[in-house]
Amino acid sequence: MSSVLFDVPGPRARLRYRILTVVGIAVLLGALAYVIYRFYDTGQFTARKWSWAEYRVQQEALFNGLLNTLRAFAVGAVLAMLFGAVFAAARLSDHVFWRGPSTVVVEFFRAVPLLIMMFFFYYGLPTIGIKMSPFMAVVLGLTLYNGSVLAEVFRAGINSLPKGQSEAAYALGMRKTQVMVLVLLPQALRAMLPTIISQLVVLLKDTALGFIITYEELLDWARDLGGQLLFGRPYVPVIIVASAIYIGLCLLLSWFATYLEKRNRRSKKVLPIDTGDAGNVVAGSAMGQV
Amino acid sequence: MGVLTNNLTLFRDGFATTLQLFLYSAVLSLLLGTFLAMLRVSPVPVFRAIGTTYVTVVRNSPLTLVFGFFVFAYPYLEIIKFDFFTSAIVALTLYTSAFICEVVRSGINTVPVGQAEASRALGLTFPQMLGSVVLPQALRSVVPPLVSTLIALLKNTTIAAGFSVSEAGAIRDSLSEQGANMLLGLTWIAFGFVVLVIPLTLLQRVLEKRWSVAR
Repeated sequence: MSSVLFDVPGPRARLRYRILTVVGIAVLLGALAYVIYRFYDTGQFTARKWSWAEYRVQQEALFNGLLNTLRAFAVGAVLAMLFGAVFAAARLSDHVFWRGPSTVVVEFFRAVPLLIMMFFFYYGLPTIGIKMSPFMAVVLGLTLYNGSVLAEVFRAGINSLPKGQSEAAYALGMRKTQVMVLVLLPQALRAMLPTIISQLVVLLKDTALGFIITYEELLDWARDLGGQLLFGRPYVPVIIVASAIYIGLCLLLSWFATYLEKRNRRSKKVLPIDTGDAGNVVAGSAMGQV
Repeated sequence: MGVLTNNLTLFRDGFATTLQLFLYSAVLSLLLGTFLAMLRVSPVPVFRAIGTTYVTVVRNSPLTLVFGFFVFAYPYLEIIKFDFFTSAIVALTLYTSAFICEVVRSGINTVPVGQAEASRALGLTFPQMLGSVVLPQALRSVVPPLVSTLIALLKNTTIAAGFSVSEAGAIRDSLSEQGANMLLGLTWIAFGFVVLVIPLTLLQRVLEKRWSVAR
């Protein structure tokens, strides 16, 4: 934190902070204890509710769900970055012929809710004879939405470079493509990498939307197994497992982004550019689907 | 056009529920988010830790998972019974407030240190300083990202359709029962969301102009 909102505490303030600390811990522990008691009281920790974990079929189902989640993420991430690169280039073009339509496309896909887009591909397109598997609908939705956001991120990154960079490159006699590929892109990418990874976290989170259009991913596994009477409807245990996996995966990616950001701050190769614009783009979209 | 005019009440009710979900969760998450931001800048380390942990965990979990927890698992804990609409509000609020918290906190960071120092020199306590000096300035400077977060919330309400709340996203279910043209129906729903986002964007511009502080 850059600002210091409080002084170094004196004796009375220290006492006050200590009392507040004790109160805070007490409230926190109380709430936790109550929740754990509710878990215990409703029998969520009984062996029967967790016995599914011993069955090979269920283990394979869990593995399959996880695999499907990761598959949608991997394909979506690659395609979204391609889409973003192409549309960022088009939006930066000097020709209205490219700039105009690509602006409309990017703004449109950022404005429509991602779930509605997936509905459109999965339930809407069969009306005109195009049938899609849930996987394709999920990947297409993720690509179009996150690709549009990434296009804005790339564009903001290139725009935030000092003007002298492109001017110097033009003065050396480089062509437009050379300036972009050799001078601007490498610098912008390096500076934007943390933001790009954060957007990939959003993409990973949004794969869970596939559950609503019957894509058999991790959350779908949880709902499926959770309803089985044989194991006493273990909704709570499976949601705990699914949450741990989702949150763990996203945390790993987030930490990677923070690590890159810290490395950038230390590195002398990265110009200290103002990423405010891109920050704003992501503020809206970090919520997922946004 | 036929899909829209034949199902006018369906569309009206759907978007009315969407707006209700949006308004309730927007107000609640603004309150909870600001409270969390206050925790995150508090001088008491435990409060800061609580705020940070909450924000880190919630920001890294999919909203669909939060919905899944409240709709599937939560009823089995037998604490307080929620209907689907209330569950949706709870899920949206818990999720959005983490993002509001981050926005507000970045706003607090933009307020010059001198403001806090001057308040302390006047003898204001920490809550007074935060409430009447720092937060009012912080909130004004983060109007654009705050409204962006609310726009995201509006779009996120569609997820409730997957969890038995009959809002705009669920119009599709009724249309498919009638065998109506889904392509057109979904296009109208998407159009409806674009129309709802426009006033928010205008509000963003107006507030940004009116509230921007010259420093």
